[in-house]
Amino acid sequence: MNRITVALAGNPNSGKTTLFNRLTGARQQVGNYPGVTVEWKEGLHKAAGREINFVDLPGTYSLTAYSEEELVARDYLLGPKPDLVVDVLDASNLERNLYLTTELLELGLPLVVVLNMSDVAEDKGLSIDIDALSRRIGAPVVPAVGSRGQGIEELLVSILEMADRNGAGPRSRVDFGPQLEPSIDTLTAELTKARPEIPEGQRRWHAVKLLERDHEVTSSVTGLDLADRAEALAQDLDHDGEGTSDVTVSRQRYAYIEKLCRVTVTGRHEPGRDLTDRIDRVAMHPVWGVPIFLVLMFLVFHLTFTLGAPLMTLMEKGVALLAAGVGSLWPEGSTSPLRSLILDGIFGGVGGVLVFLPNIVLLFMAIALLEGSGYMARAAFVMDRLMSKVGLHGKSFIPLLIGFGCTVPAIMATRTLETRRDRLITMFVLPLMSCGARLPIYALIIPAFFPRQWQGPVLWLLYVTGIVLALVGARLLRRSLFKGETTPFLMELPPYRMPTAQSLLTQMSMRAWLYVKKAGTVILGVSIILWLLTSYPKPPADWEAPIPEGATSVAEAESAAAMSYSVAGRLGRFLEPVLEPMGFDWRIGTALIGAFAAKEVFVAQMGIVFAVGDSEGNTEALRDQLRRNYNPLVGYCIMLFCLIATPCMATVAVTRQESGSIRWALFQFWGLTLLAWILTFLVYQGGQMFGWGT
Amino acid sequence: MPLSMIREGARAVLRSIGGGRNLRGRLAALGLIPGAEVMVLRNGGGGGPFVVAVNNARICLGRGMAMKIEVE
Repeated sequence: MNRITVALAGNPNSGKTTLFNRLTGARQQVGNYPGVTVEWKEGLHKAAGREINFVDLPGTYSLTAYSEEELVARDYLLGPKPDLVVDVLDASNLERNLYLTTELLELGLPLVVVLNMSDVAEDKGLSIDIDALSRRIGAPVVPAVGSRGQGIEELLVSILEMADRNGAGPRSRVDFGPQLEPSIDTLTAELTKARPEIPEGQRRWHAVKLLERDHEVTSSVTGLDLADRAEALAQDLDHDGEGTSDVTVSRQRYAYIEKLCRVTVTGRHEPGRDLTDRIDRVAMHPVWGVPIFLVLMFLVFHLTFTLGAPLMTLMEKGVALLAAGVGSLWPEGSTSPLRSLILDGIFGGVGGVLVFLPNIVLLFMAIALLEGSGYMARAAFVMDRLMSKVGLHGKSFIPLLIGFGCTVPAIMATRTLETRRDRLITMFVLPLMSCGARLPIYALIIPAFFPRQWQGPVLWLLYVTGIVLALVGARLLRRSLFKGETTPFLMELPPYRMPTAQSLLTQMSMRAWLYVKKAGTVILGVSIILWLLTSYPKPPADWEAPIPEGATSVAEAESAAAMSYSVAGRLGRFLEPVLEPMGFDWRIGTALIGAFAAKEVFVAQMGIVFAVGDSEGNTEALRDQLRRNYNPLVGYCIMLFCLIATPCMATVAVTRQESGSIRWALFQFWGLTLLAWILTFLVYQGGQMFGWGT
Repeated sequence: MPLSMIREGARAVLRSIGGGRNLRGRLAALGLIPGAEVMVLRNGGGGGPFVVAVNNARICLGRGMAMKIEVE
């Protein structure tokens, strides 16, 4: 098969992903590198009988592995090795971008350089001599404007030409100068003897890394004479140079880069006076920065929900129509289990989750817009002070905020965090930010038990409790399981850009498709299981069921009876000893089990178990039932428990995906459930002592 | 003197970077090495983060980091 694998490398914010999207269109595969939280992206480009498999590596500034991303990128380039590397440079920021290029040159892989964002460079008055640059680096250089799709064809031509040249690496290499070159040669020779399995092209890179005392490379040679040799040479450099050996190596890289730019780039740009800087004076204002951010976030949510509401109603109607259509395939009043499976189980479960698709898609788009425009980085900057007080990174704030809308995109948004530790902590406390799906629960219970003037404050109290618990939880996790130094706050602020409609749509549709796929697989599976649990076993015809007072019809009473006979019902009763200390009973337990599918299902399940049916018109009847059976303290406890516990199955699935292991997802699930139990227990028992439980 | 003491709008040249090899390496990959010239775009005042411009990039640093970088 005539297929070549091409890795896309480059700095973050170099427009690499936009290029990747242009090159691969809709044929992308997104996943996770095994065991880590870094995203893996692969896509295919087919043309003229050739197939190019593009692998979009995480954006990195170097190959020195200070973060999971860099480690992943570097391991890929050393190990599975692509046939060719495309280095994407931000032409308006050449010196810094070339740092990674110097490392890639040392790897000896066939290289094609893309000078992306050449329009921005031009606007800034920079002019780059492509031919000279290409000659000196020893690799083809292709100018491009990824956002407009310019340069793509030329890039593909270059790639294929290079590939056909059959593995010829770049003809140039970084000259590290008389101070370093002898040591590099020595170590390269020694590496050939001590580690012959290292491919010839990579030896120089390893040698330089040994001199820099790179952690991974150095560990890979411990015990060998080579290690002592490398250390001795590094120490010589420490003494001769103006700093430790790694500083000397860095300086030489930049010396090479400077020389390169001097002959190929004309024009210089003054920092501090762009449009970007002018906007930043406001966006990052010491006083107004935070309020501006909060207002923007409010607008984002408001828009998502106002635009999303009509679309959601449309989805609901669509699903209901489809359900009715499928249901009509059976005769009226049929009790066919297959029909029930399809309508109650599949349509109920999956449909219920799919209905949220418009909201989720809009949230994804808002995130894509904030990130693509560059504002996200400013938000992280502005919130860092507050976040660091609980041991979190400024960048954690955005996922937490998104969690108020829906936990699923919020967990995906933790990708922007640099360290695994920050990502995990944020993922664990995220479900505590009361998401939109809990609102129906609050909307049911609050008016049932609290007089008008208390309703607002109770709702507000729930949200605040969630936030406080999230912050406290983060702090505790930080101090116990995830100890370590604070991640130094080091971040690049990209210039503000207007993301193209096309890139937004691509991102949005990709995320939406992933959500739907998830719904189709995991959620479908869980929905069926839950349906089985709540429908079977069916009570025998002569069974006397406990019929709740206030049932609104015989049919409803029968449903309630069936529910209590089923596995879920029995589970609820079985769990009663655990539920009672919180003031709950088996009915609430059963409803909670059903709510695992999606939190709003709690309301529907309560409707069934109290025999008032599960359609919306019966809310008042349900409230009557609640008042009849419980009291305000229990009502509050139900909401408190739902706030803290039971992330819905979509959340668990996404957490598993983003954290790379089922262990963390389970830790999140059980940790929150346990926390919920303890707190609800305390609140209920405490409330009883104060005499509120009557 | 440490970078944290340079006021907004002023330029400085990096002399040395304290902290471990990790920090040095990350800063180096971003362009912040001894000999590099930076312009302070934002000095976080009472504990807030810093922003400096180096070549054509804007880099945000925490105050702690700015205190470990010696400039002149």
